[in-house]
Amino acid sequence: MSKIVKLKKGFDLKLVGKAPQEIANLASATTFAIKPTDFPGIQRPKVLVNEGDTVKAGTPILIDKAMDQVIYAAPVSGEIVEVKRGDKRKLLEIKILADQTITHENFGKIDLTQDRDALAAQLASTGVWPNILQRPYGVVANPADSPKAIFVSAFDTNPLAPDYGFTLQGQEKYFQAGIDALAKLTKGKVHVNVDGSKPAPAIFSGVKNAQINQFSGPHPAGNVGVQIHHLDPINKGEIAWTVSPVGVVQIGKAVLEGIYDASRVVALTGSELTKTGFVKTYTGANVSSFVKGNLNSGHVRVISGNVLTGEKVNLDGFLGFYHSQITVIPEGDQEEFLGWLLPTTSKLSFHRALGMFSFLNKGEFKVDTNTHGEERAFVVTGEFEKVLPMDILPTYLFKAIIAEDYDEMEELGLYEIVEEDVALCEFVDPSKNELQVLVRHGIELLMYS
Amino acid sequence: MKALQKLFDNLKPNFEKGGKWEKFHTLYEGHRTIVFAPDLTTKAKGAQIKDATDLKRVMITVVIAMIPTLLFGIFNVGEQHFLAIGEDATWVDKALFGAMSVLPILIVTYGVGLLTEFIFCVVRNHPISEGYLVSGMLIALVMPPHIPLWQVALATIFAVVIGKEVFGGTGMNILNVAMTARAFLYFAYPANISGDQVWTYLSDKAPVDGFSGATALSVVYNAGVQNTNAVDALNQHNSVVGEGLYSLSNMFMGWIPGSIGETSTLMCLVGAVILIATGVGSWKIIVSGFAGAYVMGTVMNLLAVNEYMALPPQYHWVMGGLAFGIVFMATDPVSAAQTETGKWIYGFLIGVFTIIIRVTNPAYPEGIMLAVLFMNVVAPLIDYYVVKANKTRRLQRATV
Repeated sequence: MSKIVKLKKGFDLKLVGKAPQEIANLASATTFAIKPTDFPGIQRPKVLVNEGDTVKAGTPILIDKAMDQVIYAAPVSGEIVEVKRGDKRKLLEIKILADQTITHENFGKIDLTQDRDALAAQLASTGVWPNILQRPYGVVANPADSPKAIFVSAFDTNPLAPDYGFTLQGQEKYFQAGIDALAKLTKGKVHVNVDGSKPAPAIFSGVKNAQINQFSGPHPAGNVGVQIHHLDPINKGEIAWTVSPVGVVQIGKAVLEGIYDASRVVALTGSELTKTGFVKTYTGANVSSFVKGNLNSGHVRVISGNVLTGEKVNLDGFLGFYHSQITVIPEGDQEEFLGWLLPTTSKLSFHRALGMFSFLNKGEFKVDTNTHGEERAFVVTGEFEKVLPMDILPTYLFKAIIAEDYDEMEELGLYEIVEEDVALCEFVDPSKNELQVLVRHGIELLMYS
Repeated sequence: MKALQKLFDNLKPNFEKGGKWEKFHTLYEGHRTIVFAPDLTTKAKGAQIKDATDLKRVMITVVIAMIPTLLFGIFNVGEQHFLAIGEDATWVDKALFGAMSVLPILIVTYGVGLLTEFIFCVVRNHPISEGYLVSGMLIALVMPPHIPLWQVALATIFAVVIGKEVFGGTGMNILNVAMTARAFLYFAYPANISGDQVWTYLSDKAPVDGFSGATALSVVYNAGVQNTNAVDALNQHNSVVGEGLYSLSNMFMGWIPGSIGETSTLMCLVGAVILIATGVGSWKIIVSGFAGAYVMGTVMNLLAVNEYMALPPQYHWVMGGLAFGIVFMATDPVSAAQTETGKWIYGFLIGVFTIIIRVTNPAYPEGIMLAVLFMNVVAPLIDYYVVKANKTRRLQRATV
């Protein structure tokens, strides 16, 4: 019963700085961090460790008092070197100095024949659970919920995104075990959605116990939210879960080995890195060892994640929990003489307004962080619709959020989207509104109303 | 370039908090961002890169699309003048005469409009928006060639204040700003913007004997009243100044009296091509607008109780301001329907209503102005039902 969906709407951003498929020879990271800010649904974070404590990979270091059965575990073994807080004692980072060799907490192999609730509770206590996200809202799933289906997008169409066929090679056994565990957690199906435009990597095409669907088209065809919309859309009161392939593999390792193995292959991308490629590291790695001494210029922005949905981090900042990509691009804080007027083919644009000839340029674009204009009210219409392949009226949804109209938000489909789904809308918007922040604001209004 | 940047930097402290011109901060920013695209960068969260197109580029695209109609309009004002007074003139004379009549109007619309806009931005501490770049040009193009400049100024102020700023500025207006300006003059000072005397600028010269300044629309209207064939009436009109002034091809080219920018259907189509190719104007509105006019013209033919109703529908495309209105006024994204389905309906109904008003209403020889304003008001209703259909689909999905 697998589905084949061809999408037309969207936009592929072709950027300079793609990572060649090889492991780069760079120093490995020594410090790692868990950042509660990576989990938008956390309400009352509580740190379980103190500075100076030693932990193993899998030791609980953080819980959300609002959902305390889910633990957030140390990705590596080592010493807690800092619990960093910001204004009003807001918890920002829990930093761990890693051991030379990583040791793991061993909580025993997980029996998949046990009943569903016991399995969920056991997975929640291992550290792999935060990989499971709930739709609506895009927050860490509640183990007590029973989702109508679980969705795994097995390809990433974001700019310069890594290919899971490469980063997960050799993990077939664990991926299958992860899918088996997920299948136990839902009454419905587990969907694995692969790129329909090319043969799927063996790790996905051979998977059992799941429905394999094919999606093709420009970005955001790889966004799991778009895929859910076309497979089994989320209505009011329904819950679906999503997991990234990296998360599935981590769940599989917990099942088969009884450990929390947070290792992941991270793509180093972007025009300002001298050496692009992949590195083997762990969740929450410090980016400095990959970036310092590896830069083409001094004035750069380091992004944890991709350029559309990622987050700016400092040169010695940390990778986000859900991120398997570091992108480094130039900062764009320079004025440009008549930058809004002069014709060009070298600036990336979805539009063809006066002098924007980038559609003629078939090559890769070098982009910086300049906004190319100031924020304005919505004026141009019909552009968001061209990059959102869902039956949703984005402009009306955004206006409903601005007006804080709860009924409208609900009826116009806010349950179906999270930030990443409107990232392209935010990119193409000539009025330069911050739509991802806006969508999160709307989601929080609905969540806590 | 560096010197200019330095000049701005030197001025900057005066406009910052505590500076002597602190209140005029928004004017400083507005001018600096025209010369230099700003140095703003994306925030820490959300999209880290942004599209290179901004509202300035979108708006200037519309202005560029209007340049052919402006240039043609300037030349045609001179052409009509010398035609009416029966003098031969070189094209330089015609262009100069036209420029002397048109450029003051353009200067007044931009000068007065921007001043009004600046005052509002300063008082409300808003950034200066680019919307008026388009409105200023549009207002000038829909004026008759010899309109008193004080009326232009008054209409511009009315349109900017009542049409736009009271709703919150660019992006918030309900009515098309330029059409508001024209409607204001139409009802406040009808003697200067309607009738047979205002469309050809005679200056202080006397017209040739037998000259009539009537527009094509009033010629066919009179044909309807007198029950003579409308096409013949058009072809025979004003034969003292030349054969076939109101022939189909001449009206398509635009060598006829009328408002400055509206006469040439050809130049409007050039503008339409620019708008559609750049994606700035909605092709759906343009196509459905012309289609609506044609369909309604055909329906009139079928009913045909008088000679005006029997006029072949293609004449409606080239007479009056229909083409200009559909290409440049109806496509204003703020006042048009904002859903893609809604745009089809919105454009189509503009075409339909224009023909209905033209043919059946003796008070208003031209219908496009009122049709656009009416549909501006109706557009939110169209969108309401399109949005409701979307909500219903979502709701039905949940209950199945």
